[in-house]
Amino acid sequence: MSTDETTQASAAQQSEASPGIIFEGVVKRFGDHTVLNELNFHVGKGERVTLIGPSGSGKTTILRLLMTLEHLTGGYIYVDGEPLTHKKENGKRVELRAKQVAQTRKRIGMVFQQFNLFPNMSVMENIIEAPIHVLGKSKEEARGRAQQLLDQVGLGDRGDAHPTQLSGGQQQRVAIARALAMDPEIILLDEVTSALDPELVGDVLNVLRDLAATTDITMLIVTHEMQFAQDVSDRVLMFDGGKIIEDAKPDVMFSNPSNERTKEFLRAVL
Amino acid sequence: MLAAIFDWNLAVEAFPQLLVAFLKVTLLVTVVASLLSIILGLVWAIGLRQLPAWLGWPLRLFLDFVRMTPIPVQLLFVFYGVVVFRPRVDALIIGVIVFGVHYSTYMAESYRAGIESIRSGQWEAATALSLPATRTWRAVILPQAIRNTLPSLGNWTIAMFKDTPYLIFIHVAEMVTRAREFGGMKFSYIESFTIAGLIFLAASYPTAVLMRKLEKKLEY
Amino acid sequence: MTEFFSDFSTVLPRLISEGLSATVYSFLGGAVLMLIVAVLLGVAMHQGPKWLATLARIVVEIFRGTSLIVQLFWIFYVFPQLFAVDLGSLWSAIVALGLNYGAYGAEVVRGSLNAVPKGQWETTTALSMPWLTKMRRIIWPQAWALMLPGFNNLAVMLVKGTAAVGLVLLNDITFEANQARITNGVWAAFGAALLIYLVIALIVSTLFRWMERRAQHRLGLWVKAASTTKATAEAVA
Repeated sequence: MSTDETTQASAAQQSEASPGIIFEGVVKRFGDHTVLNELNFHVGKGERVTLIGPSGSGKTTILRLLMTLEHLTGGYIYVDGEPLTHKKENGKRVELRAKQVAQTRKRIGMVFQQFNLFPNMSVMENIIEAPIHVLGKSKEEARGRAQQLLDQVGLGDRGDAHPTQLSGGQQQRVAIARALAMDPEIILLDEVTSALDPELVGDVLNVLRDLAATTDITMLIVTHEMQFAQDVSDRVLMFDGGKIIEDAKPDVMFSNPSNERTKEFLRAVL
Repeated sequence: MLAAIFDWNLAVEAFPQLLVAFLKVTLLVTVVASLLSIILGLVWAIGLRQLPAWLGWPLRLFLDFVRMTPIPVQLLFVFYGVVVFRPRVDALIIGVIVFGVHYSTYMAESYRAGIESIRSGQWEAATALSLPATRTWRAVILPQAIRNTLPSLGNWTIAMFKDTPYLIFIHVAEMVTRAREFGGMKFSYIESFTIAGLIFLAASYPTAVLMRKLEKKLEY
Repeated sequence: MTEFFSDFSTVLPRLISEGLSATVYSFLGGAVLMLIVAVLLGVAMHQGPKWLATLARIVVEIFRGTSLIVQLFWIFYVFPQLFAVDLGSLWSAIVALGLNYGAYGAEVVRGSLNAVPKGQWETTTALSMPWLTKMRRIIWPQAWALMLPGFNNLAVMLVKGTAAVGLVLLNDITFEANQARITNGVWAAFGAALLIYLVIALIVSTLFRWMERRAQHRLGLWVKAASTTKATAEAVA
C-alpha cells in the first residue's frame, strides 16, 4: 500500500462519508524555504482532526492554504470533491478563477489566533456583516441567527458592545460565533487560545467542546492545548518538518505514540 | 501629436539656459535654505522643550503661524518690507531666509517627533548618571533623535526644492520664470515647461528614493 | 500705529470682497479633485493588478516630482497649444492643485491601506467577502481613520498652494494684497492676507480634526497621531 492509500483507509475508518478535505501532493514554499513538500492527507466529513507538532512544522500553513490565505505552490486541495484553487485538466495543473475559488471557500470558516474582530462594528454587526453581504440573508434573519449564536457562546447580552469593551476570551467567542454564522461545513481553528490569558482559555475551549458535541461540522484544529485535543479529536496528526510523522487516534497518540519524535515532543509539552 | 508639436530645436535651445538657472538659483537656494532650516528647526525643537512656558507658547504660536500661511505672501511681505529700508536688497537672500524659516517650522515638528520617540528610560538613565542637561542633549538624546529624524529632514528639503519656483513672486529669475520667458518669446511653451518639469523630476525623484531607502535602513 | 490699524481695516474687507472667492473656489475645487485623485490612484497602487499599480505609481511620481508651479503653467500655457483646450484660469488652477496634492494624497491612501492590520484583510477572505464589500465595509472605515491626519496636513498645504493661482491670472487674496500694498502699505496689506489664509487653514484643520476624532471614536480607538508629520514628509517629498 502506498502512503496515500494508507491515509485514505484510516480516514475511511473514522468516517463513513466521503472525504471532506483532501490534500494531494501539496507543496508550499516561501521563497527558498519549503514548508510543505508533497503532503498527502484526508479528513473525513464531520471528522475532528487536530494537528500537533513543533512550531514551524507547517500546521498553520495547512489551515491558511485551506482558507486560501496563502498561494498553493504545488499539488491540489479538494473540498467535498471540488478542487479548491487548482484542478487537473488533461494532466496539467490549472489555476481556478477567483469566482470558482470563492464558491468553494464559502464552505469553510476560520477562527484566528488574534480574533480579528472588525473594530468599526459592534459585536452584533461583526456577526451579521457577512451573512447579509455575502450570503444575502435579510437583516432580521441574520440578527436572529446571530442572537442564537451569541447565546450559544454565552454572550447573549453583549450584542451592542464594542469589541474593545470585551476581554480577549469574549472577543474570541464572538469570533467563533461570527465564523459559525456563515454556516460553514468546515471550520479551521488556528491556535485560538494562544493569545489569551490563562484564566480565559477555559471558556473558549468549553464553547468549542460544546460545538463539537452538538454539530457535525468538520473541524481542523491547530492547538497547544493537548487535553482539549484529546477530548474533541477523532484523530491527531503529528507534524514535523512539513511531514506527517504519525497519524493516530488521540488515546493512542497521547498515551502510546510509536514515533520517537512524537514521544519527545509530547514529553516537552505535556 | 506630441511629436508634431514638440519642437526639438527649441528644446535644445532652451535646455542649457534652464539648466544654468537651475544650478545658479534653484539649487543654490535649496542648499542654503535647507541648511538654515535644519539648524533653525533644531533650535525651535529644543526651545519648545526647554524654554519656560511664557516663552514657549509665543514660539509655538509663531511657528504655527508661519507653517500655516503661504510662502508667496511671506516672500512678498518680507521682500517689500525690507525694500523700504534697503532698496537694493538682493531678492535671492530674501528667498533663502523665507524658505529657510518656513521649512524650519516643519522640521521642528520632525525633530520633536524624533525626540519624543526616544524612550523615557534614556532620560531617566541620564538623570541617574547625573549628566548635566547640555551633555544629556549632546551625547544621549540628539544622536538618537537625529537618526530618527534624518529621512524626514531630507523629505522636507525635497518639498522645499519643489517650492522654489515661488521665487517668481519676488522677481528672482529662477528656472520656471526663465521657462515662462522663453516660452513667451518663442510663442511655444511646451518645450521649456516640459524641460523644467523633467529637470525637477530628475533631481527630486532619485533623492526621494534615496530617502525612502535611508529610512528603511535606519529602522533597524 | 493708528495709521496701520486704519489701513488694516480698509484692506481686510477689500481683500475679502475682491480676492476671497478666487482663493476659496480654487481650494474647494482642488480639495474635491485631490480626494478623488488620491483615492483612485492610492487604491490602484495598493489593490490594482501589477500593470495598473505600476501605471498609478508612475503618474504619482510624475506629479509628486515636477513641482506644483510647473504643472500649473503646463496646464495653463501648454494645454491650449497641445489639445486646443483652454481650461481658463480657474479650472487650470483647480486641475493643477487637485492633481498635485492628489498625487501626495495617493501616497497617504496607499500607506493607510497598508497599515490596516493583516488580520483584518485575512478575516474578510475567511468570510468570503467580495472585493467591494470588503473594501467598503471593513477596510475603508479603518483606513479612513488612518488617512485623515495625512489629509489634514495636505488640506492645509492646499490652502497655502492656492496662493500660486495668481500666476495664472486669478485675482486671489495674494494678488489683491500685492495690489493693496501700493495704496495701503506693506504691513497692512500682507498682514491682512496672512490673517485670512491663517483663518482658512485653521477652519480646514479644525474640520479635519473633528472628522478624525469621529472616525477614531467609531473604531473605539484613540490613536496617537505622533507619526503624522513623518508620514506627511514622506508623502510630499
